Amino acid sequence: MAGQPIIAARDLRVRYGDREILHGVNFEIPHGETVVVLGGSGSGKSTLLRTMVGLERPHSGEVLIKGIDMGKASREEKAALRRKMGIAFQGGALIGSMTVGENIALPLLEHSALEPSTVEVMVRIKLEQVGLSGFENFNPSELSGGMKKRAAFARAMAMDPEILFFDEPSAGLDPIMAAGIDNLILNMKKAYAITMVVVTHELASAFLIADRVIVVDKGHIIANGSIPELQASEHPRVRQFLDRVPDSDHDDDAVDHLRMYTEGIR
Amino acid sequence: MSPTRPNLLVRLGGGTEGALAYVGGLAQITGKSLALLVSSPLKRQRSLERAVHQAMKVGVGAIPIVSLITFFIGVIMALQGAYELSKLGAMQLVPALVAVSITRELGPLITAIVVIGRSGSAFAAEIGTMRVTEELDALETMALDPMAFLVAPKFLAMALMVPCLAVWSDFMGVMGGCFFGILGGGFSFTGYFTTTRNSLVLSDVMTGVVKSFVFGLVITAVGCQEGLSTGAGAEEVGRATTSAVVLSILMVILIDVVFTLLFYLTGGLT
Repeated sequence: MAGQPIIAARDLRVRYGDREILHGVNFEIPHGETVVVLGGSGSGKSTLLRTMVGLERPHSGEVLIKGIDMGKASREEKAALRRKMGIAFQGGALIGSMTVGENIALPLLEHSALEPSTVEVMVRIKLEQVGLSGFENFNPSELSGGMKKRAAFARAMAMDPEILFFDEPSAGLDPIMAAGIDNLILNMKKAYAITMVVVTHELASAFLIADRVIVVDKGHIIANGSIPELQASEHPRVRQFLDRVPDSDHDDDAVDHLRMYTEGIR
Repeated sequence: MSPTRPNLLVRLGGGTEGALAYVGGLAQITGKSLALLVSSPLKRQRSLERAVHQAMKVGVGAIPIVSLITFFIGVIMALQGAYELSKLGAMQLVPALVAVSITRELGPLITAIVVIGRSGSAFAAEIGTMRVTEELDALETMALDPMAFLVAPKFLAMALMVPCLAVWSDFMGVMGGCFFGILGGGFSFTGYFTTTRNSLVLSDVMTGVVKSFVFGLVITAVGCQEGLSTGAGAEEVGRATTSAVVLSILMVILIDVVFTLLFYLTGGLT
């Protein structure tokens, strides 16, 4: 197993209808690494995450999780892999008809033979880890945005996964709350030797938590390296992103916009 | 040949194809759910708990409103019947008219329409919102099949509860007729019920029950199908909910026509 990446993408192309979002991306993520996928809005980073967890099917190429192609895996293989993954969605995606405790207990009750009393204890431990002790009986609608994200982390960690995915963990939060979420990820990184993939557009957050950064721009990977390597990058789009420079003029926007519609035709 | 003619044919063909594909989708979702209910013994316990929870919501929760509506439908049927029958001096036929029209037709139909309004729309809104808020994606990534988790228990609950509600609404409709019979028709309570009992045969109630069972399946299939096909945004949830209600009513009426025709041709469930 040693040396084999836990996640790998090979010439991965993903399309929505005729529009190609990812134009043949390649990368590898080794065991235990925290990788931040950085990119602007509409860069394709969320599509990349959705493809990694098997919610989108690649048009061509492959995405391998523990050596298994998610695009071609059977239902059973996919289910087995997903039990080893935890995903914290952007808005939390907690099941609204269940309490916070029931949400976290859900994967445990469905996929393990644990006694309900044991599950209850585990739920309490998971909630404590994310700083939400005592919120078991709250409904998701009673939680703030940051608390929902924390509860979603607790649910993602419920099955003690080997890979944790985070979709925009600090988006829409105030700086203090966002810093709290970053801390939480750092603590998880220290406590468990798990692989983490964090999709974000927050530079500060990326620099704080990442072992390695993959920069996605317009469906291409334009940088893949450690933070010092990224900071030393001469790639104009990477520099623009790091230095927070807006696009030169509106014409580019318009061209990009038109390209969006014409890409499929070429 | 004018260019509008082939266009019309193309559109007609496209529409027919779309409608058939939709009905095919409904059959698929129904078959898949029923297969899941039969074939997953490990999850059956929890699936059953969810079905009981749904049954309480769609069945027990609907009793007050179904009772009220069908009671008044019974009163209306008795009033309308008495209006015509009194001219012929045949007021003694009012209980039979009410009983047969309620059990064979109006009880199951009104129940189905109330259930569409309460539960079919709720299924579409619930599943549609879950699609928009990524809850369906979350279930999938937790290796939980949304069909087994959300849809199958709803089918079980509806297949059992809609026929039960229909039988209850039959009773309440007859009670409505009886209310008029006592106050305006000169019947005694026992007299009205004896006449009702003598005018009904088991097949009158059974045809209603059979129809209700199918109505239950169709309402669930349309509600869940619309919910699952919701696109992005709150507006889409509204669209899904409206479509679920409109299409369910249309489907229920169409099925009602087919079943009533079949029962008519075969002389009912004999």
